[in-house]
Amino acid sequence: MATRITRRLEALKAEDRAALVTFTMAGDPNYQASLDTLKGLPGAGADIIELGMPFTDPMADGPSIQKAALRALKGQHTQQKTLEMVREFRRDDQDTPIVLMGYYNPIYRYGVERFLEDASEAGVDGLIVVDLPPEHDSELCLPAARAGIDFIRLATPTTDDKRLPRVLENTSGFIYYVSVAGVTGAAAPTPESVERSITRIRAHTDLPIAVGFGIRSAEQAASIGRFADAVVVGSALISCIEHADSVEAGTRDVHALVRELARGVRQARLATA
Amino acid sequence: MSSATASNTRFSKGPDVNGFYGDFGGRFVAETLMPLILELEEAWEWSRTDEAFRRELEGYQRDYIGRATPLYYAERLTEHLGGAKIYFKREDLNHTGAHKINNCIGQILLARKMGKKRIIAETGAGMHGVATATVAARFGMECVIYMGATDIERQQPNVFRMKLLGAEVIPVESGTGTLKDAMNEALRDWVTNVDSTFYLIGTVAGPHPYPAMVRDFQSVIGRETREQILEKEGRLPDTLMACIGGGSNAMGLFHPMLDDESVHMIGVEAAGHGIETGEHAASLNGGEPGVLHGNRTFLLQSHDGQITDAHSVSAGLDYPGIGPEHAWLHTQKRVEYVSITDYEAIQAFKLCCELEGIIPALESAHSLAHLKKIAPDLPEDHLIVLNMSGRGDKDMASVANWLEQHGDTDKLPNTTVEAAEPGRIDDMQPPHDVAKKTGETE
Repeated sequence: MATRITRRLEALKAEDRAALVTFTMAGDPNYQASLDTLKGLPGAGADIIELGMPFTDPMADGPSIQKAALRALKGQHTQQKTLEMVREFRRDDQDTPIVLMGYYNPIYRYGVERFLEDASEAGVDGLIVVDLPPEHDSELCLPAARAGIDFIRLATPTTDDKRLPRVLENTSGFIYYVSVAGVTGAAAPTPESVERSITRIRAHTDLPIAVGFGIRSAEQAASIGRFADAVVVGSALISCIEHADSVEAGTRDVHALVRELARGVRQARLATA
Repeated sequence: MSSATASNTRFSKGPDVNGFYGDFGGRFVAETLMPLILELEEAWEWSRTDEAFRRELEGYQRDYIGRATPLYYAERLTEHLGGAKIYFKREDLNHTGAHKINNCIGQILLARKMGKKRIIAETGAGMHGVATATVAARFGMECVIYMGATDIERQQPNVFRMKLLGAEVIPVESGTGTLKDAMNEALRDWVTNVDSTFYLIGTVAGPHPYPAMVRDFQSVIGRETREQILEKEGRLPDTLMACIGGGSNAMGLFHPMLDDESVHMIGVEAAGHGIETGEHAASLNGGEPGVLHGNRTFLLQSHDGQITDAHSVSAGLDYPGIGPEHAWLHTQKRVEYVSITDYEAIQAFKLCCELEGIIPALESAHSLAHLKKIAPDLPEDHLIVLNMSGRGDKDMASVANWLEQHGDTDKLPNTTVEAAEPGRIDDMQPPHDVAKKTGETE
C-alpha cells in the first residue's frame, strides 16, 4: 500500500507542481506554540511537514536550527513529547505526511523498536536521520521499512555516481538532495547547478527528489520548484520564530512565510509553461 | 617489527570492516562526509603497509618529535609510596610537550598524500591544537583550530602558542564552550569545506577510521615501552596505567600489549567533583552507550539521549565521550577503568612535582592519583608503567585557580622540602573540609 508520503507526492505530480516541505523544530519555542504552528501549516500551504527532533549536538546543522533545538530542550522537550505532538496533529489531519528529522542518539536511547512502534502509532510517515549513512542501514532504516515508515536519505554534492546507488538502495518516500556541501541555513547554489544534479540523480532512480538547504524566499522556491519534485524550507521558518516579538507572532510569521513560499511553488511551472 | 611485538590474537584485532569494536565504533556521520571518510580509510590502509611511508614517519618521529622517549624509573616516588616499582613513559618529553604530536605527524603525512591544503582540528587543553598547528607550520598548510571559549580562558599559554605557530584559533561559545562544542564546530567546518580540508582529529574517537588510525599512530608509545621494559627488567610490566579523556595516550600504550594476558591495564577517567555529583567526565563509569561525533560509545547523556556536559579540572579530559575501542575493552573487561576526582588529581600533581621534579599535565595527574592508591599495596617486584602523557606547564593557571578556590594556596610554591616528607601532602583535607577550616587557618 502506498504510504501517505507517496500518495501526496503522486497527487501533486498529477497537478504538475512541486510539493512544499516545511521544517520546524518540535517544542520551539515551547510545546503549545510549536503545536499551534504545526497545526496551521497545511492550511498555509505546506504539502509535507518535516518536524525536527531536538538534539543537543546537531553537528550538520547551522546556528539557526541549533538554537531552535536548544530552545526546545530548555523547555524540557523530549522525544516522547515530539511523538505526542504528532498524535495531537493527527486528530485533525489524516492526510498531511509528517517526517521526523534529527539525529540518531535520542532514537537509540528511546530504543529503536519501541520508537518505531510509538512513531507509527502516533502517525509518523517518514524519518530522516542525519547521522545514519547507508553503511548503518541495519540500525534503523531496515527496521523502519518493516514498520511501514519511509526512511528518507540525503544525497549531497559529494555523493558521486559511484556512491549514489548505495544511498538510494533502501531509501523510500523521496530522496532529499542537499544542494550544498555545508550546514543548514547556508547560501544556496544557483538553480542551474541544482538542476544538473537533479538530472544526474534522476538517471539512477524513479523516487521523487526534494531539494533543500539555502532556500529562503518564494522566488528561490519557484526557481527550484520548476524541476524538483519538492522544495524544502527550514532555517528561514526557524528564523521567524527566533526573531518574533512574541510567541504568537512567531507562529503568525511562520504561516505568513509558508503562504508566500506556497505561492512561489504553485506558480513555478506555470511561469515557464 | 621486532620480536617484542604483540601476537595478533583477539584484543588487538579490531575494528571490523565497518569500523566496529563489538557494538562500538562505526561511521555515524552526515552523507556529505562519507565519501571523504571512505577516501581517508583507503589512505590509512595504504599507510599501514607502505614501506616508504613508514620510513618517512619514523624519520619525523626520531628527528622532529625526539623519539624514542625515555622509560624513566621514578625512584623517589617508588620509595615514597613503598610498594610497586614505578616507571614513567616520558611522553612529556616529546616536541610540543605531549603525546599528541605522535598522531599529528602521522595524519599530516596522510593529508599531504591526499592532496589537502587546509587542516582543521578541535582542542580542549590545547595540546592537540598546538601539535596540529606545529605540523601544519612544518608542512606549510593553512590551519584552523576550534576551541571552546571556556578552554581558551583556562589555557591561555597554549592559545598563544597556536597563534605564534600561525594557526587561526576560533572560539566556540555554544554549550559550555569546551571540547565537545569545539568538535561540533570542527565537524560543521568540515561538512562545509569538505573538498579542501583535512580534519585532524586528536583522539581515538570520531568516525572510523579515526579511532583505529589515531591508535596506530599512538601505538609507538606501547611498542617502545615494551622494548624498553624488556631491556631494563627482562620482562613485561605487570600493570600499565594511563589517563583517559578520549583515550589516545592510553590506547597507544595499551594496544601493543593487549594480547599479553599477564599485563594488567588501568585507564583513569576524570571524576571531577565526584561521579555521584553528576559533575564529572567519566564516560565509562558514569555514562551509557550512545551515538555522538561519528561513533557509538559510552556517553554522558540524559535518559532522553541528550548529551550532558562533562566536568574536569583538566581541560584535556573534559569530554562527554570516550574512544569506542575503550568502550569495547571495558565491556570485555580487558582493561580496568577507574576514576579520580579533581581533588585527588591536584594532590597527585603536587606530589609528582615535589618528589620527581616533573610537572605533570593535569591529565597525567589523574593516573598518578590512582597510582598512589594502588602502588603501596603491591609487592616490590610489581612493575608499573605510567604514561606521563604530557607536561603541566599549560596547567599552571588551572592549578593556581583551583588552589585559590579551595584553599591551601600558601602551601604550594614554597613547601617543596616539607611537602616531600611522607604523610605531609596526604594530610591535605578534601576541598569541603579545607573550606570549612579556612576561618581557623587564617
